[in-house]
Amino acid sequence: MTSSIGQKFETVIGLEVHLQLNTKTKIFCGCANLFGAEPNSLTCPVCLGLPGTLPVLNKAALLSAIKVALALNCSVNPRVKFDRKNYYYPDLPKGYQISQYDLPIAEHGFVMIPVPEGTKKINVKRAHLEEDAGKLVHDMVAHSSLVDYNRTGTPLIEIVTEPDLRSSQEAYDYLNILKLTLQYLNVSDCDMEKGSLRCDANISLREKGSTQLGTKTELKNLNSFRAVKASLEFEVHRQEQLLLAGERIVQETRLWNDEKQMTLSMRSKEEAHDYRYFPEPDLVPFTIDQATIEKVRESLPELPAAKFDRLRKQYQLSDYDAGIIIQDQTIADFFEKCTQHSQEIKKICNWIIGPLLQEINSRKTGLAELSLKPQDLTTLIQRVEEGVLSNLSAKEVFALMVETGQTPDAIIKDKGLAQVSDDSALEGIVQSVIGENQSVVEQIKQGKDSAIGFLVGQAMKKSQGKGNPKKFGELIKRRLQDG
Amino acid sequence: MITQKDVKYIASLSRINLKEQEVGRLTKNLEAILHYIEKLKKVDVSQVQPTSHVFPLNNVFREDVVQPSLHQDKAIKISQNHHQGSFKVPKVIE
Repeated sequence: MTSSIGQKFETVIGLEVHLQLNTKTKIFCGCANLFGAEPNSLTCPVCLGLPGTLPVLNKAALLSAIKVALALNCSVNPRVKFDRKNYYYPDLPKGYQISQYDLPIAEHGFVMIPVPEGTKKINVKRAHLEEDAGKLVHDMVAHSSLVDYNRTGTPLIEIVTEPDLRSSQEAYDYLNILKLTLQYLNVSDCDMEKGSLRCDANISLREKGSTQLGTKTELKNLNSFRAVKASLEFEVHRQEQLLLAGERIVQETRLWNDEKQMTLSMRSKEEAHDYRYFPEPDLVPFTIDQATIEKVRESLPELPAAKFDRLRKQYQLSDYDAGIIIQDQTIADFFEKCTQHSQEIKKICNWIIGPLLQEINSRKTGLAELSLKPQDLTTLIQRVEEGVLSNLSAKEVFALMVETGQTPDAIIKDKGLAQVSDDSALEGIVQSVIGENQSVVEQIKQGKDSAIGFLVGQAMKKSQGKGNPKKFGELIKRRLQDG
Repeated sequence: MITQKDVKYIASLSRINLKEQEVGRLTKNLEAILHYIEKLKKVDVSQVQPTSHVFPLNNVFREDVVQPSLHQDKAIKISQNHHQGSFKVPKVIE
């Protein structure tokens, strides 16, 4: 939304996403690519940048990068090379980062995002491979920074958009769709808390109708998509106020402060962006032939946008339902497996979106960790349809299914949860409820039909929830008519 | 043309401390190198494939198989300054 910005300016945003690939080893050496190990326990002479060592490219990292490139509709360059990006910082043991400059893996892609008018194409300028830097800790020892080189050499893919985003909401939507697509590819755990997915934003304003870009600021330290959105909103307002006051925007890097909810100038000496790129002499160039690209293309899963469209068409799901189901590939697979056992598509969908997602969220786990089988859910739905279970008991059975992995029928039997629909068993309860609630019975006889519900409630209570409420209603009505 | 100012700037990017007389000598040396590059630029290379590497090699890969890493104490001992398994450097942010 652009409501915070006046009529005078247009917001222009470009995003850079860094994604850590989940290869078994680092990009240029055989050290394990793992998060959370003891500091400096996953290093070797190559990733420590010791003299005389040579990097060798991890083939799996290149294949993952091609996968990402194709999923983002990029063209894959037939010839790629690596370059050195030179700067001094203690997190970079070699004094340069091996990255890609003029021949990246991929260029000219796009991602479609939803906008009020339909969809909008966000162009992806390029995606390239590079190595991650080490991790610095500043607050442990006075006057010192501590360095952990475990992360050094983790394969990264950097995905850069064109400045096509026009609001913080568009940026937020782009990030969500990008993340979902990357999750489907299974090339990264995409966990922002662990830093496996990181985002920087470039933002500038320009007068509406202008085609020239304004002076931009670069926003860093964005630890969540929410922070990306909030920082962009803050920056739109800040830049707008400056421009309206006739002042100029300073091109600089600004850090998002989550506590203060504002961006602050970094004022760092490292601001001189003079990286003196040159070809990495320790790595030979790489050619990516069409056969390799086609092989990777064939390995791509159905991507979220395609799945969304197919689920809507094939199962007549609403946009809302399909949108939730595709947020997790395993959920979408589970849904489709359920439909092989039952025609009750809408009910399956409701059970998944409601109780199942609640269980998953409250347990902070994934579907794979629950021992829930598709046919058990469809059996449960069938038992409700047959009148064996009330909706309330069904929820109880479901919780136990998730908890124990038992079948619904076993649980119904064990817990004695089957609904009683047998007239003779229910008659006695109805009789005593009517006997005990004569004043309510009088009201009903005088035409207050809604009071029947109260009697049904009382009957349910007496049956300890096992009676079939529909059946109770019928019996009560019949008895009152007769009497 | 390369000036003494350029040389000092490049030296500062590379964290090299140059004495005044070294700046003078290096400016002359770099000037000669740049002069030679200018000469090379005049060669007609329209029929030559661009080269980014001197060896006629392509696609040298490593398979994604974990190799043993250095032990933590061995790794950090390459520096004199370390603290509880981490390398210690002068503080880099205020």
